[in-house]
Amino acid sequence: MTSVSAEADTAALAMRASQPPVELVSGSNGGVERAFRAICLLAILLPLMLLVLLFGGALIEAIPRLSWDFLTSYPSRRAAAAGILPALVGSAGLMLLTAVMAIPVGLGAAIYLEEYAKPGKVTALIELNISNLAGVPSIIYGLLGLEVFVRVLNLGRSLIAGAATLALLLLPMVIMASREALRTVPRSLREACFALGADRWQTLRQVVLPMCMPGVLTGVILSLARAIGETAPLITIGALTYVAFLPDSIDSPFTALPIQIFNWVSRPQPEFHINAAAGIVVLLALMLMMNGAAIWLRTRLRRRIYW
Amino acid sequence: MRAENIHAWFGPTHALKGVTMSIVDRQVTAIIGPSGCGKSTFVRCLNRMHEVVPGARVEGKVLLDGQNIYGTRINPVRVRRHVGMVFQKPNPFPTMTIRENVLAGLRLNGQSSSDPEHVVETALKQAALWEEVKDTLGKSGSSLSGGQQQRLCIARALALEPDVLLMDEPCSALDPIATARIEELVHELSSKYTIVIVTHNMQQAARVADFTAFFYQGEIVEYGETDVIFTRPQNQRTEDYITGRFG
Amino acid sequence: MPSQNVALSLHAPRARSERVIARVLQACGWLSVLTTAGIVAVLLFEALGFFREVSVIDFLTDTEWTPLFADKHFGIWPLLSGTLLTTIIAIAVALPLGLLAAIYLSEFARPRVAGVLKPVLEMLAGVPTVVYGYFALTLVTPALQRFVPGLSGFNALSPGIVMGIMILPIIASLSEDAITAVPASLREGAYALGGTKLGAVFRVVLPSASSGIIAAVILGVSRAIGETMIVAIAAGQQPRLTADPRVPLETMTAYIVQVSLGDTPTGTLEYRTIFAVGLSLFVMTLLLNAVSHRMRARILKGGAL
Ligand SMILES: Nc1ncnc2c1ncn2[C@@H]1O[C@H](COP(=O)(O)OP(=O)(O)O)[C@@H](O)[C@H]1O
Ligand SMILES: [Mg+2]
Repeated sequence: MTSVSAEADTAALAMRASQPPVELVSGSNGGVERAFRAICLLAILLPLMLLVLLFGGALIEAIPRLSWDFLTSYPSRRAAAAGILPALVGSAGLMLLTAVMAIPVGLGAAIYLEEYAKPGKVTALIELNISNLAGVPSIIYGLLGLEVFVRVLNLGRSLIAGAATLALLLLPMVIMASREALRTVPRSLREACFALGADRWQTLRQVVLPMCMPGVLTGVILSLARAIGETAPLITIGALTYVAFLPDSIDSPFTALPIQIFNWVSRPQPEFHINAAAGIVVLLALMLMMNGAAIWLRTRLRRRIYW
Repeated sequence: MRAENIHAWFGPTHALKGVTMSIVDRQVTAIIGPSGCGKSTFVRCLNRMHEVVPGARVEGKVLLDGQNIYGTRINPVRVRRHVGMVFQKPNPFPTMTIRENVLAGLRLNGQSSSDPEHVVETALKQAALWEEVKDTLGKSGSSLSGGQQQRLCIARALALEPDVLLMDEPCSALDPIATARIEELVHELSSKYTIVIVTHNMQQAARVADFTAFFYQGEIVEYGETDVIFTRPQNQRTEDYITGRFG
Repeated sequence: MPSQNVALSLHAPRARSERVIARVLQACGWLSVLTTAGIVAVLLFEALGFFREVSVIDFLTDTEWTPLFADKHFGIWPLLSGTLLTTIIAIAVALPLGLLAAIYLSEFARPRVAGVLKPVLEMLAGVPTVVYGYFALTLVTPALQRFVPGLSGFNALSPGIVMGIMILPIIASLSEDAITAVPASLREGAYALGGTKLGAVFRVVLPSASSGIIAAVILGVSRAIGETMIVAIAAGQQPRLTADPRVPLETMTAYIVQVSLGDTPTGTLEYRTIFAVGLSLFVMTLLLNAVSHRMRARILKGGAL
C-alpha cells in the first residue's frame, strides 16, 4: 500500500512540474484529451470494421455458390457441383450427441459443487481444475480423444468419439453456466422447501431445477454454438475430410461443417475457396440461429416463472 | 414441545447460549427481543432448519411429543414435516400455481392425497385465503399481493397438518391491513395448532400471544404469560425493552 | 393432530436414494478432474515412448524438425520459433488495441455505451477459428502482399495479425478489470494536484494497473500459443527456424494438424511426435495460465501492486 501512494505522489509531482503555473482556462489540454479519446474509440471500432469488411468479402465471394443444391449435395471433385450435406448432417449429429453427454454431466457437476460439496480442499481442487481445463487449447482435447476414445475405447474415428471429445471440451463451460444459473435461485425458496420436509434432491427437482433450467439451457446452447465451429480437435481425432455418404449410426465415420470448410480452404484452386466461403456463410448463419435460439428460450421460459 | 439447553453457532459465532423453554400446546407463544438476539436462530433450531446454513451447529435437546428431534436416528427431513415454518418474506414457489404451492409439501413427501382438491380448499380456508383465490387456483402464486402470498405460505405449511407452526416475523414485509389479517388468522389457528411467532413488534406480541419470551444476546431473559410480561416484568432489561428504552 | 404416528415417522431412515444421488453428482464433479488426469496421462505416456527413441537433448537442441523425411531430425526449435513468431505478432496487434479499448471502456465510455460495446467486442473472440483462417489466407494475405514486398502466400504475418484480432477481447476485458480495480483515491489524488484526465491515466492509473495488464497479456499469449486453425491454414507447413514473418513456417499446433490429416499408423514414432509436441504445448499454456491466474487473484484480493 505504501509503495502505491509513494508512486502516486511522485507521479502527481511530475505532473505538476510539467504544467504551466497559473492557467485556469486551457483549451489545448482538452484538445489532446479529445484526440486521445478518439484514438481509443478507434481501437475498438477498427477491428470491428475489419471484421465486417472480411465478412462482407466472404459473403460476396460466396454468393454464386449459395443455393439449395449446395446444402443438399455431396462433396465432389468439381467445385461447382460440391455441397455440404454430409457435413451438415455430421455437425447436427455431433451437436446432438455432445449435448446429450455434456448436459447431464455438466449440470450434475454444477449441482454437486453448488448444493452438495462442503467447502474444503477437495472442492477447491475440483474448482481449480475446472478453471484450468477451460484454458487448455482445444487441440489438446483432440489428442486426448484420439488416444482414449479412438484407440483405447476402440470407438474408431466415429461420430461418437468426436462427440465425446467435444463434450469434454464443453464441460467447463457447461459447468460454469449451470453454476451461475443455480446461484440465481434465492436461498429463501430452498429453505421454504426444506421447511416443508423435502430432502435436498426433492428441493432440487421440484423448486431449484425448474427455476434455473432456462439459464442452464441458454448456457448450453451458447457453448454448443461455439462447439459447432470447433475444428482442431475433430481433425486430430480423425474426422474425414472427404465424405460421400451420410453417417447412419453413432459408429459411422463422419465429417463436420468446419472440417469441410478447412478442406476447401486448403485446396489450391480458387473455385474451392468459393465453396469454403459459402460454407462459412452457412456456419455463421447456424451460429447466429443458435445464439438467437438461446435468447428466445431464455425470455420464453422466463415468462413461465412468475415473479 | 420443549427446548432444553439449546446452544447454536454460526461458525465461530455463538448465537444461542443455553436456551431452555417449554412451549405450551395449542397456544400462541411470542418471541421478542432486539434485532440479532437469536430469535430466528432459536425457532430454526425447533425444526432443524438451523443446520441447513453452511457452518452452523446446534447442541442441546428439543423434545417433540417426548422424542428428542436431535436424537441419533432422527431424520431431520421428517421433523420438518411435523414442525411447519413460515418465513419473514413471503416465498411462494414461482414455478408453481397457487394449487401446486399448497400441495407442494404433500407432493414432496411422496404422498398422493386421495382428494387433493379437498386438501387445497381446507388449507386455503384455514389460511383465510380461499374466498380470494378459489377462482384463480391455476394462476401463479407470485401474482398475489404480499399479504395474500404470506397467507398462501401459511396454507402451504398447514396442508401438511403439522403439530407445530413456526412463524418468523411473518408480518414484517406486510402493510398494516395485511398484518391485521394475519394476526386474526394466528388467533384462529391457535385452537388447532401450537404456534411460535417471532416478532419485533411488541404490540403484536401483546395482541396475539398467550405466552411471551424475551430474548437478549442469545439468552432467554424472561418467559411467562403475555399479560405478566407486559404489565409486571420481573427483569429490568425486559422492562427497558418493552417500554422502548432500547432495542 | 396425528401425534401417535410421530414416534414412527421421525425415525424414518434417510432415503437411500438421497445418498446414491449425492454419489452420482460427486462423480460428475470428479469427471473434470479425471479429464485433466487423462490429458496428463495420455501426453506423458506417448511422449515417454517418443523420448525413449529420441533423446531429450536432441529434442531441445537440434535446430531441424524433419520427422516425416528420410533424414529424421527431432529438434523442437523450428516449431517453437514458428509459434513464438506468430504469437509475438498477435500480441503486437492485440496489446495496443486491447489496452486502448480498455481505457476507452473504463475511462471515457458512458456505462450504456460500454454495455453495448463490450458484447460486440466479445464477438471477435467468438468467430470460429477456421473462419479466421480463411480470412487470413484468402483476404488478408493478398491485401498485405500489396504493401509488404516478398510476402509469400503462406507467412507468419497475416495469421499473426488475424490471431491478434481474435485475442483482443481477452486482453481488453482483463485490462479493463485491472484498470477498474485501481482505487478511486489514487485518481482523485492526481486530480487534486491539478492533473488532467490524460495525466491521471498515464501516470497513475496505467502504472497501478500494470500487473493486471501483464496478467492479461500472459493469458493472451497462452491463447495465441494454443491457437491452431488460423496458423494451420495461413502460415504454411514448413518447419523453419526463422524470424522473418514473410516466409512460410509451421507452428506446434499446425504440425499436430498436419500429422493428423495424414494416415499415420498409431504406435509409430511419427504418431508419438504429436504427443511430444502436444505435451510441450500443454506445459507452456498451463504455466502461463497459472501465472496469469495468480496475478489476477492477487489483484482481486486488493493491493494493486
Ligand atoms: N447466516 C449467519 N451467519 C453468521 N452469523 C449469523 C447468521 N445468521 C445470524 N447470525 C448471527 O447470529 C445472531 C442471531 O441472529 P438471528 O437469530 O438472526 O437474530 P434475530 O432473528 O433475533 O434478529 C446474530 O448475532 C447474527 O449476527
Ligand atoms: Mg430474525
